[in-house]
Formats: sequence, structure tokens, C-alpha cells
Amino acid sequence: MSANEWRKLFPILDQEVNGKPLVYLDSAATSQKPIQVIEALDKYYKEYNSNVHRGVHTLGTRATDGYEGAREKVRRFIGAKSTQEIIFTRGTTTAINTVARSYGMANLSEGDEIVITPMEHHSNIIPWQQVAKTTGATLKYIPLQPDGTIDLVDVENTVTEHTKIVSVMQVSNVLGTINPIKEIAAIAHKNGAVMVVDGAQSAPHMKVDVQDLDCDFFAFSAHKMCGPTGIGVLYGKKALLNKMDPVEFGGEMIDFVGLQESTWKELPWKFEGGTPIIAGAIGLGAAIDFLEEVGLDNVLKHEHVLAEYAMERLSELEGVTIFGPKERAGLVTFNLDDVHPHDVATVLDSEGIAVRAGHHCAQPLMKWLDVTATARASFYLYNTEDDIDAFLKGLTTAKEYFGHVF
Amino acid sequence: MSSNLDQLYRQVIMDHYKNPRNKGVIEDNALTINMNNPTCGDRIQLTLKVEDGKIESAKFDGEGCSISLASASMMTQAVKGLPVEDAVKLANIFYDMMLGNDYDDESYDLGDIEALSGVSKFPARIKCATLAWKAMEQGVGKDEEEEE
Repeated sequence: MSANEWRKLFPILDQEVNGKPLVYLDSAATSQKPIQVIEALDKYYKEYNSNVHRGVHTLGTRATDGYEGAREKVRRFIGAKSTQEIIFTRGTTTAINTVARSYGMANLSEGDEIVITPMEHHSNIIPWQQVAKTTGATLKYIPLQPDGTIDLVDVENTVTEHTKIVSVMQVSNVLGTINPIKEIAAIAHKNGAVMVVDGAQSAPHMKVDVQDLDCDFFAFSAHKMCGPTGIGVLYGKKALLNKMDPVEFGGEMIDFVGLQESTWKELPWKFEGGTPIIAGAIGLGAAIDFLEEVGLDNVLKHEHVLAEYAMERLSELEGVTIFGPKERAGLVTFNLDDVHPHDVATVLDSEGIAVRAGHHCAQPLMKWLDVTATARASFYLYNTEDDIDAFLKGLTTAKEYFGHVF
Repeated sequence: MSSNLDQLYRQVIMDHYKNPRNKGVIEDNALTINMNNPTCGDRIQLTLKVEDGKIESAKFDGEGCSISLASASMMTQAVKGLPVEDAVKLANIFYDMMLGNDYDDESYDLGDIEALSGVSKFPARIKCATLAWKAMEQGVGKDEEEEE
């Protein structure tokens, strides 16, 4: 199948916005959903909505099978050893916060270090700032190369025997940089640290194998990979998760409850307090089925072609600054001279083209780039070269529109 | 190009964006308010000189899009010389305008400000336009009382 055929499976894309055909270039913020995912959610609510793990009745069993079946799909999708290592969370943010609050708070103290990079999303910065504040540990940053990549020599120089946690995004949501996670993980382990990976921008677009990466924790969100909002995954190595305490207490996660003391269920359920995200998990399972049918290698290849084409076309325009390395994932972050990114986004929107403008939840990176905001076009399997042509036409309009003012 | 867009980016707005009025900082004894729009990174530093309950002068500095900077420029012009309570009333008239509600265009001379009425058709941009006004309100309003 080609992008044009994949595209037909996404009902939302078949509409006009402001009188123009919708060109959706904001998939790094959230992806659109194929009909298979929408129907899986619909079917769950129409046919077998029920609570899991406790009902003796038939619907309860069907819901449990759906929920736990999704866990097995996730396990296979990221190459984990066991479903015990797959914890459903609200999203990447909650997944990283779980590691920070459970592992970080318990294992770090003054003199210890947490190592991250300046390109991280806020969700992979602030949880560590909080751990550092509470435990007295130091938060350190691996410096970036001028093109927004990481040099492993800098990783070697930043990570020390005092480092307990290294946490890095696999793909940058702003620069598109694809970071050498496997190599960074090896350096972390050599120094006795655990490796946490923010996979929010990688899992939707490329084959991830957590055992090959040898990361200790891996976090991602369903909504960026054709799935519903409100659900994500924390993968953790079983040996680590077993030693960690839950961060949310209540229903579902307990084994035995006494008046003063309680005990927890086994993995992964001890980390899933409360009625779980049943519909979300089933929707995520359907998204994984869809992506596997398309083939993640095909997704990656397609986005690579689009990114190259977009970069080439953008370089034809005068007064465009592109941020990030040449070799990149399927997104382009840029600014136009003399036109603020909000204004770029508003003019594009009037042409039916959706892009993101702002700081992309990466204020330290904006500071590093020495800009207050940027515009970003991000691509997914349903985008085509026609979308990029429309985008370039919109940018020309924006330049002309603001050009006559200056 | 849609006519909505032309309504949004009217000539007078572009003029304030290109040639901002009251750009800068009041150095001596001024109320200073720093405010940002956390969703997009726009930031404004507003300095106000308030004497005997009246805004003697207002200056702004900062970074942002055409709408936020033009609005800041217009706001500093509009509140200059106004008693504090009138400035706050004017802010509320402006918010009504932004929300697309009927607004009072008789009590005060709205002048250039009315050029921003087109922003109400662009919900994503309303916060850009209100940033400077919120900063002004914070400067003259509750915060001052609480400090006392």
C-alpha cells in the first residue's frame, strides 16, 4: 500500500478546513486515527464495556481479554521479554514521572547525578528537577553539537561513576535528531546508571527493540502512534520494577488489604492503581495491529522521503532557518525571517494547513537555539508530497502577506 | 487569502507591530510586570508609572507575534493618562471584544484598539492579544493591594 491508500483509512483527513482541503502536518503533537482504531473503541463500548480482572460475568472476561491482549501486543511491538514489564500509564509524561517518583526518589541521594540533555521535552526534564530537589542529587546536561546532535565523547565526559540515572529522548520533537540510544545506554551501564528512554517520538515511527537498545525504562504514548489519547506505556526491566514501590495506591493494584498494612499485586498490576484505561489499551492494541500491517520500516522510509523533500523545497525559499541536523526524523522545525511563527501558523491555517507554532514544550532547547518560538511541520504515514507542496505554497503566501508590510 | 485574515492583520495592527509605540522600559520607580504566555513563549515586560491613582506612563518590552506586540503597543497608548479603575474597565471592554461579545464602544475612545476586533475570529490568538492587558491589570490591580 502507498501513502495515498493509507490516507484513505483516516476519515478525519477527508475534510475541508477554512474552505481548503485539510493538510495535517502536526502529527508530532498528536497523530490522526485510522478507522480500525476508531471502530475498535466503538465496538468495545457498544459490545463489551465492563470492568476488568474482577467480574465473573462474560463481558468482564471479554474486557479483561481485550485489555490484557493489548498488553501482549505492546510487549511484542517493543520486543520486551515479558508482559510483566509492560505497564499502562496515562502517557509518556506519567510513565517518566513513575520512574522518577518510584525509582528516582528511592535510589538517589546527595552526591548522585541525573544526566539528561538540553533537547529534552519538558516531560523528561521537570520530573528529574523534582527528584534532584528532593534528594539533593545534581541534574547534569550532556552538551549538544552545533547541529543539535549528541557526540558520544560528550556522553562519556558527562556520565560519571556518580551518575545513577541517564534519561534521553530517542527522537527530538523539535530537531528531529535521532539519538544513539544503544550507545548511550552502554555508557550509562558502564558507570552503573540506569537508562531511561523517552520514546514518544520514536515508537510511532520506527521499529523499537528495548532488548536490543538495552534500556532499563522506555516510555511512549498511544496518541502519537494512531492510538487514542489518555494511554501510554512504561516498559521497565522486570528486575528493576520488582524492587520499585507503586506510586498510586487504591483499587486494582492490591493483593491483600488490612486495617494498617496492605500488600501489592504482582507486576505489572501493582503499578496500575484504579480502574485501568481499558478502552485506551484496546485502542492502542488496534493501533499496533494497524502499524504492523503497514510495517514500521515502510513508515520510516516514507517519512524519510518526505523530510528530505520538505528540506529541499524549504531551501528554495529565501529567509528560512531550519533547525536541527541534516539526517533527521520526519519533521522540520523552522522560522521565516521577519514573520513570527504564530503568524506563520495562522496564515497556514487559513489555507487549511495545520502546523505547530511555539516552544514545543522544550523551553531549554529554545534557549539553546536562541529563539522564543519556532514553527514545525511534522509528517506521518498519511502525508504525501502534495501536502508538502501545499505547505510550501502556504509559506510563500505568508512571506508575501507579511513581506509587503516590511 | 481570506477576508478573515485581512481582518486579523489590518494595516493599523501591522503599523503598531512595525513601529511599536512606548517600546522600552521606565527606569525610575516604576511598577514592573513580567508576564509570559506559557503555551507559546511570548513574553512581555511592562513598566507602569502610577501616580495618585492615575497611569502617568506605560512602556513595554518583549518578544512575540504581531498580534501580541501590536496589542501591547496599543494598550500602552490607551491607558496612558487614565485613572487605574478606568484602565481596568477598558481592559474588560477589550476582553469582551476578544470574546466576540457586544462591547461598550462609547465610554472610552477605543481608537486603534478596535482594529484588533478581528482577533475574536481566531480563538488560538486571543491569548496573544490579551497578554499585555493582563500584565497591566496585574500591575495596577490586586497584587499591589496584597503587597500593602
